[in-house]
Amino acid sequence: MSDINELSFEDAYAELEAIVLKLESGELSLEESVALFERGRRLSEHCQTLLDQAELRVSRLTDDGRLEPMN
Amino acid sequence: MLASYSVAELTAYIRDLFALDDNLQDVWVSGEISNMTRAASGHWYFTLKDSSAQIKCVMWRSNAERQTFTPANGDAVLVHGAVNVYEVQGVYQLYADLIRPTGIGDLYAEFERLKAKLEAEGLFDAERKRPIPKFPRVIGVITSADAAAFRDVQNVLRRRFPLAKVVLSPCLVQGDEAPADICRAIERMNRHAEVDVVLLVRGGGSLEDLWAFNDERVARMICESRAPVISGVGHETDFTIADFVADLRAPTPSVAAELATPNIDDLRHSIRTLDTDLQQLMASRLVSHGDALDTMRRSLRHVSPEARVRTLRQRIDDLNSRALAAERNRLALWGERLSARTLALHAANPRGILKRGYAIVYRSDDGRQVASVSDASPGVGLTIQLHDGELKARVEDKDSHERYKRTLF
Repeated sequence: MSDINELSFEDAYAELEAIVLKLESGELSLEESVALFERGRRLSEHCQTLLDQAELRVSRLTDDGRLEPMN
Repeated sequence: MLASYSVAELTAYIRDLFALDDNLQDVWVSGEISNMTRAASGHWYFTLKDSSAQIKCVMWRSNAERQTFTPANGDAVLVHGAVNVYEVQGVYQLYADLIRPTGIGDLYAEFERLKAKLEAEGLFDAERKRPIPKFPRVIGVITSADAAAFRDVQNVLRRRFPLAKVVLSPCLVQGDEAPADICRAIERMNRHAEVDVVLLVRGGGSLEDLWAFNDERVARMICESRAPVISGVGHETDFTIADFVADLRAPTPSVAAELATPNIDDLRHSIRTLDTDLQQLMASRLVSHGDALDTMRRSLRHVSPEARVRTLRQRIDDLNSRALAAERNRLALWGERLSARTLALHAANPRGILKRGYAIVYRSDDGRQVASVSDASPGVGLTIQLHDGELKARVEDKDSHERYKRTLF
């Protein structure tokens, strides 16, 4: 599994949703459940952190394909 | 006396005739503007005339403010509204809600022609529309860098989903050069930027101002966009060809930005919900594992060999005690036999017989038992054993013995 801190919000959120679904299905060993639970908790924390720290970045695409920051 | 009406009654009667006439309540009138007056209240008063007639017109402030076209005296216009009676002055007038320059008719025809053509080609088909991603990482914006629309978009994105990166591909949004420039901007985006969704936006303006978004080249280029396109051109009431081709149409630039993004507050909420779900699931999982363990423990006790061992052990005990009993019986039997033999033995003991008065006779010289008269001849010494001792005797012949007896008595 990938390092949670490297995950984009989208990926972390999707994985969190998937984990909840998987736990709901109930076809897991206790050990697997515990591992998923712990990862899920860390994913939700990561998502919250990303939202808290987010700052809109705006750039302009030039004709030659460069991105110039605008803010 | 003749029946008569008051002026008010008559005027009210005429007013109702106008009000009940569908043609008068929803009518387009073409003519030329004159006597244009913009009152301080914001209402517009003017006269619409042609070569042979005129009609007074009013446009209330609420409608006047929404007009993208500002009419001036002498303008040929098409006015929409309802004709009603103004009782105070006893006049009828056109209460206008829309004014368009007449020249615009050509543009409308062009719009309808292009719309029908592209629709026939299937460019507006619902199956062509691509889904808008839930969490766009990069949002492309195609508009003018200085436009209010771009600021509006940024404000909405900053508020709703600041996780996104915004890439502006700038272009002209009005004028003859605009269609080609918009196409270049889309192309630039396709070639150089990995965007998840494109917002094609422009603020409100007159029909001519928005015309670039009714251009066939622009329409086709929207179809070529690698990322799904949300259009947000003009105001809510403005529909452009770009809106029909876009994967999603937003009534305004701000709404386009909203449709492209989740709301951060909703996100926080749903993350909290997921987190709660997670904890509840884990708790119930632990409980159910605990229950399963209990059940298993009970089943285990059920199938345990312990019971069988106990049964077997009991059986062994049974067998043991039976064996013991059998042995005891056997011993008892032997005991009985033994005592019977002992009795018999006792009975056979010659000493016992002696007690009853019998005697055993031995020859004294050789100790042999005298069992028959032939065993001892007269003169032989005998030992007669009695139960309490021995007598010594000598065998006599019959005659001398008899004599002796007589002699004695």
